[in-house]
Amino acid sequence: MAGAHRNMTRGYADELRLFGTPLARFGLVAMIAVFLLLPTILQDDFWLSVLIYVGITAIGALGLNLLTGYCGQISLGHAFFIGAGAYVTARIGGDLGLPLPVWLLAAGVVGAVLGGLIGPFALRLRGHYLAIVTLGLIFIGEHLWRNLTPITGGNSGTSVNAQPAIGPIDFGGLTLLGESYSRNQGWFWLVWALVALVALLAKNLVRTRPGRALQAVRDRDQAAEVIGVRAGRYKIGAFMLSSAIASVAGALFGSYQQFVSPDEWNLLLSIQYIAIVIVGGLGTIFGSVLGAIFVGALPALIDRYSDAIPGVRTSVGGEGFVSVFALNQALFGLLIVLFLVLEPRGLAGIWLRIKAYFKAWPFSY
Amino acid sequence: MTTFLQNCFAGLSLGSTYALVALGFVVIYKSTGVINFAQGGLLALGAYLGYTFSNNLAVAFAVAVLLCCVSAALVGATFERIVLRRMVGQPPFAVIMITIGLLFVLEPLITAIWGFEHKQVNNPWNIRTVEAFGLVFGVRDLWTIGLTAAVVLAFFLFFRFSSLGLAMRVTAFDPEAALAQGISARRVYAVSWAIAAALAALAGILMAAGPGGLTPSIGFIALAAFPAMILGGMDSPAGAVLGGLIIGLAEALTRGYQDRLFSWAGDNVSVIVPYLLMIVILLIRPYGLLGTREVRRI
Repeated sequence: MAGAHRNMTRGYADELRLFGTPLARFGLVAMIAVFLLLPTILQDDFWLSVLIYVGITAIGALGLNLLTGYCGQISLGHAFFIGAGAYVTARIGGDLGLPLPVWLLAAGVVGAVLGGLIGPFALRLRGHYLAIVTLGLIFIGEHLWRNLTPITGGNSGTSVNAQPAIGPIDFGGLTLLGESYSRNQGWFWLVWALVALVALLAKNLVRTRPGRALQAVRDRDQAAEVIGVRAGRYKIGAFMLSSAIASVAGALFGSYQQFVSPDEWNLLLSIQYIAIVIVGGLGTIFGSVLGAIFVGALPALIDRYSDAIPGVRTSVGGEGFVSVFALNQALFGLLIVLFLVLEPRGLAGIWLRIKAYFKAWPFSY
Repeated sequence: MTTFLQNCFAGLSLGSTYALVALGFVVIYKSTGVINFAQGGLLALGAYLGYTFSNNLAVAFAVAVLLCCVSAALVGATFERIVLRRMVGQPPFAVIMITIGLLFVLEPLITAIWGFEHKQVNNPWNIRTVEAFGLVFGVRDLWTIGLTAAVVLAFFLFFRFSSLGLAMRVTAFDPEAALAQGISARRVYAVSWAIAAALAALAGILMAAGPGGLTPSIGFIALAAFPAMILGGMDSPAGAVLGGLIIGLAEALTRGYQDRLFSWAGDNVSVIVPYLLMIVILLIRPYGLLGTREVRRI
């Protein structure tokens, strides 16, 4: 008799493996290879910076997906927590000059505390009410950022001097085996390693008890309470975790961009993250990353190739009827509507369908 | 005292605008269970259509107001027909996001057609004022308050006494029972979107006739009308009007006393007063002032 089929599982241990099949293991090796080699092959600063922003966005989107996709809480306030993370980094990483792990953790802790403050609202309010309270968070946040001048620099913004360095290893200017790498190359490795770390954390969270509890709360919170899930505790927990991750993303964003201003944490940023989790697929971990690649790269690409797109105005008062900013905004809107109407499961759903088709090939239906 | 009354008057005028927009939210929410984030987009669209009618086509202002309400109503009903009807039965999250998507499509569309420039709508009011009791009343503000009162009255009469109003109340209460009685839910949905869009357009053109003029950011007023709706209770038209007036008064009073009382809170703190007020009220009454408590079943 031939050996076991490659997809066969023989017990719980097999079931639980993240990369159980040969194909999945091949995929893992391929991803690691791309991760390690891409910056050395693709040295162009523009493309590397696009990929770095995509990675940072992916981290933030993972946070939002835990909250919205897994716990079912609508938040329009994601941009608020991202901003908070950036400002914490400016003060702790920049002014105090503390190393990378410290300012990343500090941003995460502050994010978690702020998220915990939203918790009481999440317990009392559901669905629509929560969406609008978190919308208020954006505006209240913007007011705070503009007026807490000692922390945020007020309207004119603040520079973020946080160095991406742990001891002698400085991702801003890596030197490895006598070879030195550019700032963007170092940042690529740093950001995408963190994406992998956060994705792994999130994946392990959602396939264990807390994750199942979150999904039970999402599907029917009262029924979840009846079977012994503390819905209130998990809702607050989801808010804290999601905003902690958002703040970490904000910390990276601030430190990479080296300058942040209050105009960046607006409703459009929150909507961009929502577009990402919808396009990627609600309630999927790799969907968040897929969505971030797809949606997160759009603004940069449109900005770069705006000359080639007909009707787009590249400068104030220039030719064309729609500005780059307006085009981005319209595209996010269109993507959200189209995906929700035509493909509610997002890119992840499309991918799973393709995979299921070939898994049973040639007996697929 | 004069300052206080003057601020109250400004608050009533602003609150009337909020009330109109919030009433639109409530109409849609009550009959279809959807929160319409695109209300701001419809408001801006209505205001710009009014500008086109009044300035480019040079029709009388009253006719322009009527025309812009009608055309906005058509846009609202069309959007309901094309997109939202496919979403019936989907979770609220998906539907909210659809309307946000529409908002983000409408805004750039408006700037693409009408541009970013500051525009002034031809209107009979301009900055004329009337003085009485030692106070100065803007003619436009008086019209805003009067028109809002008239519209709100008509609205309540319509819901109370017309058969379509009755059909809408029944559908909001129990769609299936309404269907069993031979009420066309489709017609009710389309009509509620049309009414909401017309209310938004009216609020938009009234705003645009004011001293602020017409800019693409005019739709932002609708975001501040959310607290008005939430404050009053999402499913209560009377609550929407009440909430709108409260929010408007609070905002105008904060702005009026900014220098004297609120300088510690930073510039323009009046902008976030609606949200702060909403949060406080929600902590005390999670379903708003006049909203019905949600019954939750397992």
